[in-house]
Amino acid sequence: MSESDNKEVSSEGNKEETEKNVEDNTAENKEAAQTEEKEKDSSQPEIDANANAEEEVPEGKKAEKKSSKMKAKPGKKESRTKEEVVEPIGDIPEEAVAEVLPENVFPLFMTSKTQEIYNCKCDEDVTEENPFKFIPKSDILEDMKMRAAVCDFHPFKQQILDYPGDDVLIVYDYEFKHGQNFIVALTEEAKEILLKAPEAEEGEGGEDGEEEEEDDTVYMYIPPEPKDWVSLGSEKEIEESSVKETRRKLKVSVKRIRREFGAPVQFSDRNVGDVKDGAIDCSSYDDQNFDIKRIELDKAVQAISEQVTEGTQTDWKYPRNANTQTYPREYTEDEQAALVQTKQCGDFVQEVAFDFHLALQQNEIMNVFYVDWIHLGDGDDAFGSKADNHLKEYQSFTDLQFSKDKMITCIQWHPTIKGVVATSVAEKLSFDQRIDNAAKVIMTPSLILIWSFADPIHPQLILEAPDDIFSFAFNPTDPNHIVGGCLNGQIVMWDIAAHADRLKQQRGSNRNKKRTVLPGFEDPNALKTPIVRYCAVSSIEHSHKAPVTDIQWLPDHMQINKMGVPQENGSLQCTQLLSCATDHCVMLWDTKASKMHQTAMYDEKRKSQQPSGVPDTFKHLDLTWKPILRVTLSKSEPGGDHAPTKFSIQERQGDRSALMSGTENREGDSTQTMQGGFNKPSSGKERTLQGVKTYVYVGTEDGEIVYADWMPQKDQDTGKIQTPKPAYYHVTHDGPVQSMQRSPFFKDVLLSVGGWTLALWKEGVSSGPILESSACHVKLSCAAWSPTRPGVFFVAKVDGSVDVWDLLDKTHEPALTQSVSPTAIMQIYPFQVTQKQQLIAVGDIAGTLHILEIPWSLRQATPNETTSVANYIEREVKRRAFVVERWNFREREKREIEAEAKKKAGGMAAAMAPPTEEEKELRLRQEYEAYLHEEHNFLRELGIVQDEEIPLPAA
Amino acid sequence: MAAEVEETLKRIQGHRGVTGTIVVNSEGIPIKTTLDNSTTVQYASLIHSLTAKARSTVRDIDPSNDLKFLRIRSRKNEIMCAPVRTDMKGNINILMHILILFLS
Repeated sequence: MSESDNKEVSSEGNKEETEKNVEDNTAENKEAAQTEEKEKDSSQPEIDANANAEEEVPEGKKAEKKSSKMKAKPGKKESRTKEEVVEPIGDIPEEAVAEVLPENVFPLFMTSKTQEIYNCKCDEDVTEENPFKFIPKSDILEDMKMRAAVCDFHPFKQQILDYPGDDVLIVYDYEFKHGQNFIVALTEEAKEILLKAPEAEEGEGGEDGEEEEEDDTVYMYIPPEPKDWVSLGSEKEIEESSVKETRRKLKVSVKRIRREFGAPVQFSDRNVGDVKDGAIDCSSYDDQNFDIKRIELDKAVQAISEQVTEGTQTDWKYPRNANTQTYPREYTEDEQAALVQTKQCGDFVQEVAFDFHLALQQNEIMNVFYVDWIHLGDGDDAFGSKADNHLKEYQSFTDLQFSKDKMITCIQWHPTIKGVVATSVAEKLSFDQRIDNAAKVIMTPSLILIWSFADPIHPQLILEAPDDIFSFAFNPTDPNHIVGGCLNGQIVMWDIAAHADRLKQQRGSNRNKKRTVLPGFEDPNALKTPIVRYCAVSSIEHSHKAPVTDIQWLPDHMQINKMGVPQENGSLQCTQLLSCATDHCVMLWDTKASKMHQTAMYDEKRKSQQPSGVPDTFKHLDLTWKPILRVTLSKSEPGGDHAPTKFSIQERQGDRSALMSGTENREGDSTQTMQGGFNKPSSGKERTLQGVKTYVYVGTEDGEIVYADWMPQKDQDTGKIQTPKPAYYHVTHDGPVQSMQRSPFFKDVLLSVGGWTLALWKEGVSSGPILESSACHVKLSCAAWSPTRPGVFFVAKVDGSVDVWDLLDKTHEPALTQSVSPTAIMQIYPFQVTQKQQLIAVGDIAGTLHILEIPWSLRQATPNETTSVANYIEREVKRRAFVVERWNFREREKREIEAEAKKKAGGMAAAMAPPTEEEKELRLRQEYEAYLHEEHNFLRELGIVQDEEIPLPAA
Repeated sequence: MAAEVEETLKRIQGHRGVTGTIVVNSEGIPIKTTLDNSTTVQYASLIHSLTAKARSTVRDIDPSNDLKFLRIRSRKNEIMCAPVRTDMKGNINILMHILILFLS
């Protein structure tokens, strides 16, 4: 009220007053101020503006001044203070501030109102000890907005606006050192300075000089001492923040009837509509809380160092026996001689010699290491137990497409791969039928099927032939080469090297193979049987003129040159083969390229003609292949030739004895030949094998067994070089010879089968078979020796049964007959698969190949069986010789008798003179009488005539 | 003396199947042989240790017993060896063998 009225008036006076105070610094002035202050209301907390003047007050009066100021404060009028605020700012700081204040620090006068606003009342919020106060910049700005020019901070408005920090530091200038009650720092740097040096500033006010001197000299660490706790109001805050009970607690009691405790609760159905709000609907709604989309995602990746594990170990040296590392101790010859000379040595040898003689003599007398056990039980199980005597069906193969309703013409086991057997199949047609159905026959392929035990349904390989195959053979040294003889007389070669792996597959591997292939990449032909085309066929004009009935490879140790001379084959590879057909000849073929230039020429010509996928192993032979030797079997007497169906030569694959005997004969150059012979084509310089018999046993279509030399000789009459007449032949069989088999144990013993009979032959016995069976009631179709028992052979019959003959058991009939197939059997072939398994392949006319297992008793040779059989054969040969002898004897006897009778008759005739007429008549009469008598007797016996009625002859 | 030894050995050698004889001293060093050097050395060292072992075995079983003769029957041949009987000799250290290969 009055304050506002006086405002302007008093402001001027006040200004003057202040100026005067600063300039004079008089005590009176102070006094006056004091008095003035006393007049004011003591309750006023305002700081007297006059206190500015006290800046220059001597220090001694400080305390006094303070107290006086305290007193003066209440006395000040608010209005006056406010008036004064504006005034000092303009002039006063220049002198006061210039002295001590750092840059950008200015004295500031804050009125009590301002102090209230900023909570920094003098001596309450800020004291001399704690003069610092931070005022938020925002508060100042707010304040300046509210009060505008009245605000104490107005003069520094721009600087505060520019101030970077949030809080502005003001320092309470208790002693009005700088002329105002506060100083303000208007930059951060200034603020730092003020905060750092409050001590120094204070020190300035106190004993400045002394302290500085002390500071310069010693820096003593004075440990802080605990001080009495001074309440600064914090306990009040704690008090306020803690929760206290301010009212009495409420008491609630809930009661329930005693009997209802634990009573069973019964729920019952109730209609929703009975009571209001009987049902509450809890419907689903979209909760906004969960509608927040995740926009950012914190993720972290950390890299770790690579780990390496390493190890090291020392080398391990293989320990060696020290004994072998040392040099053996030896005596020199002199020392040895000296030692031998010693008596000790002599005595020792003498003494010991007796024992040695004893031991050696024991060895000489009898073999103490003879094991009786092995040789025990001779003949015990020769044919004893019937249980294990039968051929057991092991497997059977038939292909519905290729082999059904065709006849099996030949069976061959693979020479090296176990469980692989090949069969050739042909149409069941006679020659005439074949011509009638020629169109159909030509269209159906002629095949050889190669079966494996791994797959009983599908053949492993199919060999395609130009015509039906009646005989074929694996090359013993390279089983991938197969030669076959066709119905049309041609010889065909196959090379299955590309498919050899397929045959080697073990049982069941077919299915496994499928799995190893990636899905989607299966070869559609993987399970399909590959068909192999023949790679060479012989020249048709030089081939047989009839179906090839038998074909065999020559054993690898020999070869036959064009002159039929057997020679050593240095390469030990089978390259030559023999074939026979009913066109009266046996042919020798060579698979080697004979003339290089010719081959090259044909190669050029036919390069384009060779179909793809056919190996060119025998390309040089294709269509130009000629036999190198032709053995014509002409009969000894005129009237046709022999028509061979089967043949057999003495040399056998794997039997090197011929080679050895040859070596002995020509020891000198044998080594040379052996070394030089390898990898060299036949050059004609090969060693001739002396020990080889050049004779061949041939069975013919007419049932004859012919023994002929294949080596051509110069004919006496014509001078032409041709095959000599057979040494001998015998018409033994009553049908075409079906088999001509050499015993695997005796290379001079043969078994022949033809028609209804079988016969055993021994080479060298020219008079006839050593054993000839009586005719069987069915036709025989094939025969084969047992590969392990010398005395056993198998004979197949057209009624579907197999006979097992055991020469040591009985020779007049088979030891065992077993029915194998419902149809006629065409071929049999026993084969020793493993040490403990012997199988016999039986092919019938219906195209089924039966594999039978041969029982133990039929495959295990009895001890000394070979010797026994050899003895038997020897006996038979002797018998044969005896028979021949008897024949000759009888023949001679007969001839003698005849001759005698003739002589007798001749003698009588000579003795008697020609009969006279009388004598002739007499003789006739006698004869007539005898006749009549005879007639009478006959009639009487018949009861036709009576005795009485006998007419007298001479009536 | 040497001639007698020669003759005795020759007689032993004359038996059917004998392929060679070796005389070895007590240390296993061959003194006399009819075989080639490497074979002799091998047989001598190996048979020597075997005989010593056999001998000690026999004597361990019964100290009053001794090995008289050793015959080794193998699949291919036979080896015979006779150690000298020390109780008969004055010098215990001397032990000799004759080895014979006997082809079966």
